[in-house]
Amino acid sequence: MSGTINHGLAQLAAVDQGFFTDRSGGGCIQDNKLFCPGWVADNYDRYVHPTLQHLVLVGSAVAAGFLIAFALAIFAHRHRWLQTPFLAGTGILYTIPSISFFFLLLPITGRGALTAIIALTAFNLQIIFRNVTNGLRNVPANVTEAATGIGMTPSQVLWRVELPLALPEVIAGLRIATVSTVALATLAVFANGGGLGTEIVTGSNITFKTGIIVAGSIAVIMAILFDAVLLLIGKLLAPWKRKQALV
Amino acid sequence: MTAESVSASPVRFDSVTKRYPGADSVAVEELSFEVPAGEICVLVGPSGCGKTTALRMVNRTVEMTSGDILIGGRSVKEGDPARLRREIGYVIQQIGLFPHRTISQNIGTVPALLGWDKERIAARAAELLELIGLDPEYGDRYPAQLSGGQQQRVGVARALAVDPPVMLMDEPFGAIDPINRSRLQNEFLRLQAELKKTVLFVTHDVDEAIKMGDRVAVLKKGGHLAQYATPTELLMEPADDFVEDFVGADRALKRLALMRVRDVDLWTAPLAQAGDPAEPVRTAVAAAEVPHALLVDAENRPLGWLSARDLDGEQVPATPDSVADPLIDADSVLRDGLASLLQSGSLYAPVVDARGRLAGVLSVEIVSDFLASDEASESELTAAERPHD
Repeated sequence: MSGTINHGLAQLAAVDQGFFTDRSGGGCIQDNKLFCPGWVADNYDRYVHPTLQHLVLVGSAVAAGFLIAFALAIFAHRHRWLQTPFLAGTGILYTIPSISFFFLLLPITGRGALTAIIALTAFNLQIIFRNVTNGLRNVPANVTEAATGIGMTPSQVLWRVELPLALPEVIAGLRIATVSTVALATLAVFANGGGLGTEIVTGSNITFKTGIIVAGSIAVIMAILFDAVLLLIGKLLAPWKRKQALV
Repeated sequence: MTAESVSASPVRFDSVTKRYPGADSVAVEELSFEVPAGEICVLVGPSGCGKTTALRMVNRTVEMTSGDILIGGRSVKEGDPARLRREIGYVIQQIGLFPHRTISQNIGTVPALLGWDKERIAARAAELLELIGLDPEYGDRYPAQLSGGQQQRVGVARALAVDPPVMLMDEPFGAIDPINRSRLQNEFLRLQAELKKTVLFVTHDVDEAIKMGDRVAVLKKGGHLAQYATPTELLMEPADDFVEDFVGADRALKRLALMRVRDVDLWTAPLAQAGDPAEPVRTAVAAAEVPHALLVDAENRPLGWLSARDLDGEQVPATPDSVADPLIDADSVLRDGLASLLQSGSLYAPVVDARGRLAGVLSVEIVSDFLASDEASESELTAAERPHD
């Protein structure tokens, strides 16, 4: 395994020869000061591709994680005894450090974005599964009782009553999953999956502070934006939650 | 009401038994009775008597173990339970409105399940809001923005949405405070006078059962039917010690709340107007049911009781010794009439109609005779017609 890591880092180093040439003048780069604005002004375009890659990593992992966890949660809602094993199973996947996951997957899926997406998806399952399950469980019994009693079929109760009422918790799960994935996806670089991690682990020198700060900031902004969008979606889809406060 | 309006259907329980898996005893055993179309049947009994189980077997939210329930001659076991439930109104104590849907959407739930178009659902929701006395603007609110009493009204409206022939109400007013409960009960009885649904109503409160029921089914533990009778029969002739105990020691007084003062045979008193010759009045008093004469005005409104001294002279005086107090409203319940009588310490009191004109005289003796006679059961009113104020 360690051979593979060294190989990966060596390859990264090969990408960026001449990276540390100081085009903006002054000793900022040589001294590796905390932040060199001149360098950023010259090099901002190098972040476009990693940012897009990062978006794809996060988007795919959250979407896949949501689809799988949501399906599992719905299935376990019908067959309650499955909830504990599902929770345990996704819990194990959640606990495995992503970086070990990459290397476990390498022999199967090889190096690249797919490996990273699989590992990130596996990490998401637990968060989303738990929130969907809790959301469904917290629907008041009298509401489902009334829904059944006035003639809804079990699937109508699920889709028209239980899931809409669970929605705020589902969205909350997606927000946590998305923000965590934005951060974790920076490790995709170790699976050669691209993303903003490539700009943090630049070459053999992982200590170039300006690069780390810029890539890190993009990740933070991305996380905040994702979070805000999901928050907005949640508010739009659950107008009844807002109006409760008016009583 | 609507084009496919169904008025009401009779509901028949036929040896219905429910045994829950793993339970030592049966929840409901061999329960048989019939609710005629358009009547309110109250299932009442102590907790654990199986009344809610019995109710829920009608819409199959609980499946019976054996026996059958027929609605308008058709077994509830035929066909799909969800479809059956859409044809039966259902109101539960915890209301169970959908928090994420507006009041109009809540009311329109069953119509939407039945595939009504949007305009028709909206029109029906507006109609029902009016029926339950809620302002149309409430239609766009969410349940959490309404009071408990308003929510329960919406629960009733939701159950009435497709004008079902049968309504099931499981302690519908149990969680409401006493003042609002009484108001909701009265509102429902008023609705029922108009809608005439077949209603099965579960409560553990015998007073509510007597007030709301055209018929009352008293259940004992194990779902045994202890008595199935009209409220008056139940109060007059409890079938056994259990029922007698359950209806309470004050059952005679409870009967007085089922009747209005005007529904009993009132006594007549000799009447006189000011300036009438006193002599014929004195003669009339000697022979009358009520041994006192009443002074009335030209409109026959009582002014006061004439004492022997008042009648000593040639003419009836304009101001009698004692004023006519209390005056009893003919529309008040017998219980309240008796209460005013006892409170004032008089033996008799004039009963007046809505315009204040004399309708007769009420005495303590009338009330005790009424309780002793069978007249009460003969003149029994339906729950919706009974006084409820």
